[in-house]
Amino acid sequence: MFTLIKRIIKSGWQNFSRNLGLSLATIFIIVLTISLISALFILREISQFLTSALREKADISLYFKGESKEEEILEFKDEILKLPEVKNVEYISQEAALEKFIQRHKDNPLLMESLTEVGNPFLASLSIKAGEAIDYEKLVNFLENSPFQNLIEKIDYHQRKPIIERIFSMTSYINKIGIAASIILAILAILVSFNTIRLAIFSQREEIKIQRLVGASNWFIRGPFLIQGAISGFLATLITILIFFPLCYFFSPKIELLFTDLHLFNFLIQNLTVLLLIQFFAGIFLGIFSSLIAIRRYLDI
Amino acid sequence: MISFNNVTKIYPSNPPIVALDDISFEVKEKEFVSIVGRSGAGKTTLLKLLLAEEKPTRGRVFFDDIDVHKIKKSRLCQIRRRIGTVFQDYKLLPSKTIFENIAYVLEVTGATDQEIKQKVPEVLEIVGLAERINNFPIELSQGECQRAAIARALIHRPDIILADEPTGNLDPYHTSDIIRLLLKIHQLGTTIILATHNREIVNLIKKRVITLEEGRVIRDDEKGRFIL
Repeated sequence: MFTLIKRIIKSGWQNFSRNLGLSLATIFIIVLTISLISALFILREISQFLTSALREKADISLYFKGESKEEEILEFKDEILKLPEVKNVEYISQEAALEKFIQRHKDNPLLMESLTEVGNPFLASLSIKAGEAIDYEKLVNFLENSPFQNLIEKIDYHQRKPIIERIFSMTSYINKIGIAASIILAILAILVSFNTIRLAIFSQREEIKIQRLVGASNWFIRGPFLIQGAISGFLATLITILIFFPLCYFFSPKIELLFTDLHLFNFLIQNLTVLLLIQFFAGIFLGIFSSLIAIRRYLDI
Repeated sequence: MISFNNVTKIYPSNPPIVALDDISFEVKEKEFVSIVGRSGAGKTTLLKLLLAEEKPTRGRVFFDDIDVHKIKKSRLCQIRRRIGTVFQDYKLLPSKTIFENIAYVLEVTGATDQEIKQKVPEVLEIVGLAERINNFPIELSQGECQRAAIARALIHRPDIILADEPTGNLDPYHTSDIIRLLLKIHQLGTTIILATHNREIVNLIKKRVITLEEGRVIRDDEKGRFIL
């Protein structure tokens, strides 16, 4: 058994090294496929970052009456945070709201003058972010019927409702399109790889026939082709890693200029194990599985 | 050992080509049979049917009472290991050296590395290819390829050797060497089926001759001569 395996591996390596042109073409195609799959993995992350950023814009504001005490508002905040639909609650005091306004409009002398005359017109508020569009509806129902409703001056939701629903609908649509496009592209890439390997084996069909005629068993013939496929897959994965990671390192700062909080290279490092596993699995699986399927028809002699 | 029962082989083309037409004969163990005929008589087709490289249109082909066209592929490859074939077009593996081509048959039959290292150079010495051991088939002349094909057919001491025009590209010296070799192997107990259109060889061997003409057996003589 050991001798048999040794011979199969040796023959597989010989096939690979003596048909170098064909082997390099196969490696090239597998590199493209793995690169595409890796790029889709990263694009999914960018897409999720963008959709999250967009969803972050959606919130409802709860304004409290001027006489409401801060302790009561903070107690209310803690109650709201217990709700499963709520992602985040931010308390903005009257003073903080005034400060924000001054910072935004400090270059407008008319507004600044009005403020000095009027005083602080702002109310304390809670800015509440939920997970899904439908959660806001539930949240508003809760707020309108909560024991703390006597503190509430205004719930700023019904005007924002169409926008919130549009944001969530759009991001959900983007996600679904992204997943569908990724699956289609990945399938196409795999089919191209499979076809290339099939053509490579087609060019060796006469050799396969000769091996059958001198009495070689199916696995004795198949084995070297699987080894050849595995070697191609493994080398393609290594080449992809050598190209992909430096490219990401190079482009990561440039992407950060567009999207401040998106640290692409850090994301890669944090997901290094998963990405490497995906690449190795894709490369070697493509190489071996494609060879296995492609050689079947030529063993029927 | 070998039996052809009412075998017909028709290649579908326009018009259809009748390569073999209702032929029947038997070859006993340890026999030496020459299959003779013009080019296109059906000699190669006959050998292909025995090797199960092609399927008969009608009739059955038996090897040791086993219909070679009705068995599993796994069983078929075991039968093929008992056959040494010299193909008319050599059928050497282009990406392997001459040593590897011949060693391949031994690997298939499960020989050890030591046996292979010992036997392959011996056989190459016999067919006069000792110096071509590390060359690829593309680097050899046609005659050298033919001798390599002969070496591959002999190396594993098969029960039967099918030789399809084994001397077609050889000079007279190598031709007589190869025929002497085949006769010697036959004396050691191997069944030989030799397909040829070389009159001199057939007449020299003085063994059983089956003559094919247009796909039919027209003559089957125990101590035959090449007569058309």
